[in-house]
Amino acid sequence: MSKLASIPAVSLQSVSRHFGAVRALDGIDLEVGEGEFFAMLGPSGSGKTTCLRLIAGFEQPTSGSIRVFGDAVEGVPPYRRNVNTVFQDYALFPHMNVRENVEFSLMLRKVDRMTRQREAEAALELVKLAGYGERKPGQLSGGQRQRVALARATVNKPKVLLLDEPLGALDLKLREQMQDELKVLQKTLGITFIFVTHDQGEALSMADRVAVFDHGRLMQVGTPEEIYRRPNSRFVADFVGSSNVLPPAFVQSMFGESRWASLRPEAIHVARAEGDGEPHLTGIVVSRAYLGATTRLGIDLGGTLLHAVVASTEDAPVEGERVTLGFSKDAVHMMEAEG
Amino acid sequence: MSVEALTASAILPNRRGTLGALSDYFWRRPKLLVFLLVAPALLWLGIVYVGSLIALLLQSFYSLDDFSGVIVEEFTLKTYGELFKAQNLDIIVRTVSMAAIVTLASAIVAFPIAYVAARYARGKWKALFYLGVMLPLWASYLVKIYAWKLILAKEGILNWVFEQLHLTWLLDAYLSLPIIGGNSLSVSFTGTFLVFLYIWLPYMILPIQASVERVPTNLLDAASDLGATPMQTFWKVIFPLALPGIVAGSIFTFSLTLGDYIIPQIVGTSRLFIGQAVYVQQGTAGNIPLAAAFTVVPIIIMGLYLWMAKRMGAFDAL
Repeated sequence: MSKLASIPAVSLQSVSRHFGAVRALDGIDLEVGEGEFFAMLGPSGSGKTTCLRLIAGFEQPTSGSIRVFGDAVEGVPPYRRNVNTVFQDYALFPHMNVRENVEFSLMLRKVDRMTRQREAEAALELVKLAGYGERKPGQLSGGQRQRVALARATVNKPKVLLLDEPLGALDLKLREQMQDELKVLQKTLGITFIFVTHDQGEALSMADRVAVFDHGRLMQVGTPEEIYRRPNSRFVADFVGSSNVLPPAFVQSMFGESRWASLRPEAIHVARAEGDGEPHLTGIVVSRAYLGATTRLGIDLGGTLLHAVVASTEDAPVEGERVTLGFSKDAVHMMEAEG
Repeated sequence: MSVEALTASAILPNRRGTLGALSDYFWRRPKLLVFLLVAPALLWLGIVYVGSLIALLLQSFYSLDDFSGVIVEEFTLKTYGELFKAQNLDIIVRTVSMAAIVTLASAIVAFPIAYVAARYARGKWKALFYLGVMLPLWASYLVKIYAWKLILAKEGILNWVFEQLHLTWLLDAYLSLPIIGGNSLSVSFTGTFLVFLYIWLPYMILPIQASVERVPTNLLDAASDLGATPMQTFWKVIFPLALPGIVAGSIFTFSLTLGDYIIPQIVGTSRLFIGQAVYVQQGTAGNIPLAAAFTVVPIIIMGLYLWMAKRMGAFDAL
């Protein structure tokens, strides 16, 4: 991978973090390249936020080592790491106005007042909040606070920017807009972004690479396309995207291999007539969800439920209708063996 | 009653008679309910409490006829003028200085305790903290003061400890200092100060603890993340956000010290504090106007104090 240049921006070597008997993170190996937009994806409690807190320095690993641009950071407190965080609920200082919040890190570094103000204003301009400096965080909307948090975390040009579910509290429209803006911001600043999210759509659309976490373990790392097309486990297939997970018995009956497999809904052709030589099956439409340009069908194949996405046309199948399904063998991605 | 009968009509029947009807009535007139809720407190605070305070203030504008000892019920500022006589001004300066020092010392002693309790104590340690802070409040105020008198007396345990440590010379050197010294700690201003500090400390600890507890942990993470050392985090984030708590606590310690007349009477010198002056003027001396004027002093000082605290932004984080 060309993105992984000589020294990775962040590297974790068999990092674990246990809280008593709870293994929040268990033996994680991970490398994030310089300038990469990296997403850590997983359900709540999967360890992705713990992983972020370890890199930021709020927590110390139980075992393993973490390096930031080649330097081991064990025992280095957060205030000595050139790594900044955008917090989930922004964590803006309520007693300071927007400018003071953004200037905070510069003030601590004894940067003179003029430079400080100039840099803060530039950072605010970058997040489209020029002129908001004198307001208090309490007077801003959620989206604006989000931008202030971004400006505050990027004003001193950290080596790595960590973002902990930064869009979680925003409504859908704003979230989509911020996704685009974050991408642009990352390109402009050229900083390594590590982004924690439980939203697979967000991870796939924004990140250069995605790491999928579950129960403190790293399940898969890869480009969004790899993760989406070739999930390596049932969990990844199930969590990332709305793939159909085919049980081993089903796969055995069709392909003679007793393995779990994944099949993307849009790879299934649904028709009323008989198929055309591709392996095909018949089933009954049991649910139908209109998604705009497409319609998602739930099809019962005598005990196995598959989802298929078809174009929303006049003659899309309706509930109770009998349909045949066809898909090419290439679309079926084999995963782990039965177990 | 079956579930069907309950849900048969769109409007559920009133099943609680008059009380139910009353609930409905108040639901339709929420302002009336609020009025009824605050009326008793309003009567008490508004008439009995503020009313008597105003009566007291009026007294301070009367004066005492020096020859007859009769109170002249005519408006005059003469009584306030008397406050500026050297012996009365002394009392005021002494009391205000004591209140200020006690407040400052309380804040310094209370903050670490409150901070640890708010940040680190959990479960039974937190219960232990509350018990430890509140327990002294359950014991009689007088018993505690007399106990302190014994602790601080020449024959008391503190002297004994200094003796055992062969540090009596140190204590003696301290007691030989002007103003703060004296024959023994129990008859010095230092003794008065120590007892004030002890008695009012819980009133400082609890508000500070509450305010520190309200500072979200992620603000501390954020400060650290942006490069603030623990010391910088304290001064730039924790302290400003805990300031309302400190001010709340200082209102207690400051005003309680300004008004107290028992502690300086039992532990300390024979020099008067405002509370004692009020006690003497309204009792033995029979000079109610001067007693009233003395009472106004702490009110004005507290007013100034709050005004200054507000101007310094102590309440901005509320």
